[in-house]
Amino acid sequence: MSIGRTSGDRSSSSIELRLPSRLGYEKVAMNTAASVARLMGFSEERVEDLKTAVAEACINAMEHGNKLDDSLSVGVILSMDANSLEVKVTDNGEGPQSNPDAPDIDKKMLGEEDARGMGMFLIQALVDEAEWVSSPPAGSYARMVIHLGQPQV
Amino acid sequence: MPELVTRVTVEELPSATGDPITVMRFSGDITSASQPAVLGTYEGLPDTVKRVLLDFSKVDYLNSSGIALVIQMMIAASKRGQTIHTFGLSPHFKKVFTMVGITKYTTLHPDEASASAAFG
Repeated sequence: MSIGRTSGDRSSSSIELRLPSRLGYEKVAMNTAASVARLMGFSEERVEDLKTAVAEACINAMEHGNKLDDSLSVGVILSMDANSLEVKVTDNGEGPQSNPDAPDIDKKMLGEEDARGMGMFLIQALVDEAEWVSSPPAGSYARMVIHLGQPQV
Repeated sequence: MPELVTRVTVEELPSATGDPITVMRFSGDITSASQPAVLGTYEGLPDTVKRVLLDFSKVDYLNSSGIALVIQMMIAASKRGQTIHTFGLSPHFKKVFTMVGITKYTTLHPDEASASAAFG
């Protein structure tokens, strides 16, 4: 894991992490994002929303983007300004092929839908902005933003 | 950074109003690595169990793969004719469980006493 701070500007700054594609390390990104969000003054409810969104984005990047290949890293870039916190999670994959659907619990209970596959839905539901950008061969990223003063989910 | 081990303990609580209540108390992380602990422990419950209480009050970290294991447990419980009540979730995970629709199949309670009483 490596950590870098890329900007010393008081009005906007960023922090970068590089994580191995190994499940469990998403908690490093999750806890870093939580620390930054608290420093910025986000409510604890919004911090919890962000923690889940960042963890799910990192897990998707490790599992689907980098196929759990330990030699590939997942990048996490936290960019802060006065009113918002943006988190980009990058991987070496092609990105998701479709937009997230809301899980259908009845279909899951009937075995008609995989019990898994809720990560992207949760990300989209928990942050103020979410997008997935595919840019092969360079890789792909998930981008999430929460805004200060935004009504809670 | 290894994930925290998932621990599950099982207790049986007597009930004055019917079948005993089987309590599954989870602690640590619940993730994709938790399948043997979560589903393995659940599948080891005898078929005579009709009332299951899930205690998440000592869970440190829960992700969507962990939630999927809870859903798989509920699918199995539905097939076995069991009733499940749940307590100990943080406000955030109560919201997440509601978002994904789990609350159609279990009721989320604020504490063990209210969850136990809900079996009737």
